[in-house]
Amino acid sequence: MRTFRVKQWLAALLTGASLTLASLGAQAEDPFKVGFIYVGPVGDNGWSYQHDLGRKAVEKNLGDKVKTTYIESVPEGADAERAITNLVKDGNKLIFTTSFGYMNPTAKVAKKYPDVTFMHATGYKQEKNLGTYIAKSFEGRYVAGFLAAKMTKSNTIGYIASFPIPEVIRDINAVQLALNRYNPKAKLKIVWVNTWFDPGKEADAANTLMDQGADVILQHTDSPAAMQAAERRGGVYGVGQDSDMSRFGEKAHLVSVVQNWEDYYTGVVKSVMDGTWKSGDFWGGMAEGVVTSNNFNPALSEELKAEATKIIDEIKGGYNPFTGPIKDQKGEVKVPEGSSMSIADLAKMDWYVEGVEGDIPK
Amino acid sequence: MIKLQPRREPSALMVYLSPVLAGLLTLITGAILFTALGYNPLTALHTFLIAPLQDSQGVSEWLVKASPILLCAIGLAVAYRANIWNIGAEGQLLMGALVGSAVALQFPDSESKAVLVLVLICGILAGMFWAGIAAYLKTQFNTNEILTTIMLNYIALNLLQYAVHGPLKDPEGYSFPESAAFSAGATLPTLMEDGRVHIGFGLALIAVLLVWFLVSKSFLGFQMKVMGMEAKAAKFAGYPEKRLTWLVLMISGGLAGLAGVCEVTGPIGQLIPNVSPGYGYAAIIVAFLGRLHPIGILAASLLMALIYMGGELAQIKLSTPAALTSLFQGMLLFYLLACDVLIRYRFIKTKPTTLSQGAN
Repeated sequence: MRTFRVKQWLAALLTGASLTLASLGAQAEDPFKVGFIYVGPVGDNGWSYQHDLGRKAVEKNLGDKVKTTYIESVPEGADAERAITNLVKDGNKLIFTTSFGYMNPTAKVAKKYPDVTFMHATGYKQEKNLGTYIAKSFEGRYVAGFLAAKMTKSNTIGYIASFPIPEVIRDINAVQLALNRYNPKAKLKIVWVNTWFDPGKEADAANTLMDQGADVILQHTDSPAAMQAAERRGGVYGVGQDSDMSRFGEKAHLVSVVQNWEDYYTGVVKSVMDGTWKSGDFWGGMAEGVVTSNNFNPALSEELKAEATKIIDEIKGGYNPFTGPIKDQKGEVKVPEGSSMSIADLAKMDWYVEGVEGDIPK
Repeated sequence: MIKLQPRREPSALMVYLSPVLAGLLTLITGAILFTALGYNPLTALHTFLIAPLQDSQGVSEWLVKASPILLCAIGLAVAYRANIWNIGAEGQLLMGALVGSAVALQFPDSESKAVLVLVLICGILAGMFWAGIAAYLKTQFNTNEILTTIMLNYIALNLLQYAVHGPLKDPEGYSFPESAAFSAGATLPTLMEDGRVHIGFGLALIAVLLVWFLVSKSFLGFQMKVMGMEAKAAKFAGYPEKRLTWLVLMISGGLAGLAGVCEVTGPIGQLIPNVSPGYGYAAIIVAFLGRLHPIGILAASLLMALIYMGGELAQIKLSTPAALTSLFQGMLLFYLLACDVLIRYRFIKTKPTTLSQGAN
């Protein structure tokens, strides 16, 4: 009996040892693990949904060599640091944190784990192992502004704005610049909703703007509610945000300002895998394929589509919509003729261009 | 027809066993749910309930998550025992965070922990003030505190949003809605070298002890209990109803305020728009899950925190959707309430009374 027990014990020990060895051997071929933190549910039809399409593309493009993991609906508070740390502890070597509120938690975790690479969307803090990236959505917004300038009959354009941060101010300005250049009679009406995602509030804002005569509604919020409200009203155009929102307004959809992360994410993962990744601040626009705004409403005239496509091609070719002369609200020249605003200046834009009415909320 | 009839005497044993029973039923249903979704039920339950606590860092995070819920719930229990329905822990927490942050930001380079003491006291006072508005309306005009505290939640949230987008915004922060980081002096000391658990959890434990003493050992606690069970009896006995109302709301408001100020000075370290993912509301569930008893609430808040963390880990390890966490929490509450109903009531079949029976 006793010998039997010892034998059993030995057998167990040997099995354990061989399994350990096997797993050690397997480690060499383990896939490269990439983690994602989303602020909303992956089914939000907007921001997080587009980032998750990027994650899926990484899996598709790189196959067995990578394994991706995501955590959705992570609050931008005390929970974020734990969620990011848990991804590190799970063996992820590259982690994308896809909302501004994750900036400080990401920076804290990055400091603690120097051999893990972190990519934070829309922030401004960089470290050796922490890079930032953002979409130049203002390029798409400029094209949308052009179409709005041409399509409006009431010369009133509604704009649903989320928070007065540089990204949102920049995009409002891009639309106003397009109006100044293509239809100076058109006026922009802005409603601040102080949320990124609240379908009820967004629909209310859209209805208010339409009641005030707006016949094109642009939005810098993530739900399709405004598009749906425009479709219900009839005779009003909506501009989609983040994802292709044409499916929410067959008649109303003018164009969407879409963010595409598929190729960019695949490229980042590859560069971290082969060791060529370097920290920095990446701004992806139309030239990089990160921003697109060419899903025009099929009912638009061919000339208009051609003109919009021409603008898109110019931007792809290096044209910056923030090219002078640009004046501020007081009429002071901020960007002289012939020069254009740098990324550094655009990154902290906190003033309205000439033509925008009202003040930036404080 | 099936009717619910009150039992003459609910089994004392079952009253205590009910949470355990609810827990077991949740586990069983959870296992069935996981199997139906194609996950191995044992692995899934292990990931949800055991894996989050497998290292000291996990335990530390567990206590960090439980602290604000515990502080809010323990205060709510005091009010609920006296039949005062404070639904406003969320707003009181946010006010604590807001005022605490405003004070902390006045000392940008301080190293002295005296600043922290001041910040914590201001946070507590802010929570008390916010609950005090409801107490004033209740005692002066007999306003329903459920309504006033809910409405005050929204006001507090909007005040916080205003402050973080406006006067308390970090001037160097590219106008993003965040305050500057707090100085070392205004930051809660941590209890572990390698973890985020801070003395806020210690304060919560002290609150548990004090509240236990108050409700179980003091005459004041007895008065509250009588007021909660039968307001008329309390009046007849000459207990000061208004003063008791003020007292319970001050206690629950102050503790919620402390929870808020501990969040911003502890794991967050600055004022942000999303201080709380709804701790004040989760605390209502936790207070009832814990039977309004301090020790029960301690256990319930730890369980609630564990389910949050487990849900997150399950997303990482098993790729389950986030909605599963909410489902799990909802199930637990559902079973607890169901068990409670069946312990206090029983089903009886009633025969429809007909004319012929009446004539008999």
